[in-house]
Amino acid sequence: MRPVELMTHTTPEPARLQSRAGAVAAAAGPGLIRTHNVVKRYLVGGTEVRALDGVTLTIHEGELVAITGSSGSGKSTLMNILGCLDSPDSGDYFIAGEDVSKLKSDQLARIRNRRIGFVFQSFNLLPRLSSVENVELPLLYAGRHHAAAKAREALEIVGLGDRLDHEPNQLSGGQRQRVAIARAIVTDPAIILADEPTGNLDSRSGDEILKLFETLHQQGRTILIVTHDPDIAAFCPREINMRDGKVLRDGAPAAGLTAHGGD
Amino acid sequence: MLFWTTIKLALRSLAANKLRTLLTMLGMIIGVGSVITMLALGHGMQQQVLSNISAMGKNLLAVHPKWTGTNGVINATRENLTVGDARALLRDVPQIRRVTPVLGQREQVTYLNKNTNCEVVGCATTLLVVRNYTIAKGRMFNHFETRLESHVAVLGPETAYDLFGVLNPIGQTINIAGNQFEVIGILKSKGSRGWFNPDNQILIPYTTGMDQIFGRFYLDHIDMQMAGKANVEKVLNECISVLRRRHHLLFGDPSDFHIFSQEQLLQTVSRVTETLTLFLGAVAGISLLVGGIGIMNIMLVTVTERTREIGVRKAIGACNSDILRQFMLEAVLVSVLGGALGAAMGVALSHFIHFQKFVAQVQTSNVVIAMSIAAGIGIFFGYYPAWRAAQLNPIEALRYE
Repeated sequence: MRPVELMTHTTPEPARLQSRAGAVAAAAGPGLIRTHNVVKRYLVGGTEVRALDGVTLTIHEGELVAITGSSGSGKSTLMNILGCLDSPDSGDYFIAGEDVSKLKSDQLARIRNRRIGFVFQSFNLLPRLSSVENVELPLLYAGRHHAAAKAREALEIVGLGDRLDHEPNQLSGGQRQRVAIARAIVTDPAIILADEPTGNLDSRSGDEILKLFETLHQQGRTILIVTHDPDIAAFCPREINMRDGKVLRDGAPAAGLTAHGGD
Repeated sequence: MLFWTTIKLALRSLAANKLRTLLTMLGMIIGVGSVITMLALGHGMQQQVLSNISAMGKNLLAVHPKWTGTNGVINATRENLTVGDARALLRDVPQIRRVTPVLGQREQVTYLNKNTNCEVVGCATTLLVVRNYTIAKGRMFNHFETRLESHVAVLGPETAYDLFGVLNPIGQTINIAGNQFEVIGILKSKGSRGWFNPDNQILIPYTTGMDQIFGRFYLDHIDMQMAGKANVEKVLNECISVLRRRHHLLFGDPSDFHIFSQEQLLQTVSRVTETLTLFLGAVAGISLLVGGIGIMNIMLVTVTERTREIGVRKAIGACNSDILRQFMLEAVLVSVLGGALGAAMGVALSHFIHFQKFVAQVQTSNVVIAMSIAAGIGIFFGYYPAWRAAQLNPIEALRYE
């Protein structure tokens, strides 16, 4: 069963956009996500700090990537830019060939809505809304029809088919994070961005969430996990290690297979 | 985002804070309710006063004598209106259709052992039309009876009841100041006017009154009815010049009479009451304004409280306009729901007041206007908090604790 395919028809694009995107993709080269020399500066107490200092990376479709680094390494800033919550000061950023580095806030909102699925450390579900209602929210902002049916489908994929009408405070932490993941995949985004997805969970629920990411990865989804936990990084085939706003290392996880070797 | 979904979400977040929503609404409820009640009271008062004035007669003009004087020395008396003046007005002013001389005073009236003291009014038969009376029973005296100084009387309904109780007074003989009069008619009740009760009076021919009861020939006033489409100003001026000529007044002399025009009184009174109604409404409108400020206050608190929610919504793809619309809608829903409740309360209160001997008339247009103002206030005072919400930076909003 590949539920992914069930949903691919829900992101129709105008022909004009497609052709333009295709042309840019050719210029930008292959890769679902491509950044080139991305710089982001902040002013802290009058001095300029380069949170990102020329980050160039490519992520291909279907990859499961961990972004690691200590606090202040720029990984959060990178995630904000990759998630289109923020724009780079300079450099280029392409998602599926579309240049998104110079868009205005409402255009970025559209890209987030269609291309990005967020999973947060603290779940960030809306209280007083049932699981289905939380999951259908991105579809409602996209103005799509049959949102409830698609939301139910997504909840079944994450294994919460029996908790459709529960509100967040009636669910355990692990279940809440599953709802959040369902909300992230319901629009069939190009990439799922998870920011410390197991940070607020006990190790057992955390493992379950990681397994769910693994399953989604096997179904062909592109997933980026931002974490400082080497175990989680080790769980991913590829690790991008950040330090001082630069990519320090990009490749197989440093900790190797030791942590998950016994799994 | 689909419109109905937005409404559903807004209603749900209002329902989540029921007490707060209710208290916020209270401002609008009281505001709209009091505006509607005040306007209803003002309108009712206006209608009441105007109908009182209209009941005096149609297109009525009345000439009253006036004291005049220079430096405190009276050089005209109030004994200057005559039947000749009345005839001249009817003859010389073409727009005057009917005229009646009126003179009267209080007299003791008896029937068998029953005794009453009421206004006895000498007039012509035309008084009935000029002063808008109708006969309930019997008939009015006619021109021949006036000319013959007949001893006939038409009783107001209260006077008739005082003297005869439930008996039929028609054809009975009453005694007015020692003179025998035959009762030939009863007036229909008009209701008391406050300063003068038209239901407690006796009408007799003015000729009989002058010669046999009052013993005087000057009139208390002359009542006239104009043609329906006459120009009041013009008719007034013509009447004034006829009377000044007859009273031998020179140019520059003050007039020794005053002409009351019902039309002008109606205009003045309706202007005054309209102003008063507007004033009442404006005072009540201040509470609407206060209610609006309350909405703004609560919406600002709500936006701060829900900063994180706003961040989440933006992260999953809400545009600024989606957020703006959501919070605007909440503010407008509070004000419109409050306005609707307030309108219901205002209408109920107006009806309640109406049954307490006041007159309060709710006009549908006022209800619509008050509710539109409520919606407008929701939009006006809801815009700034909603705009603040829409402008929030998603990264900072998501980080907000």
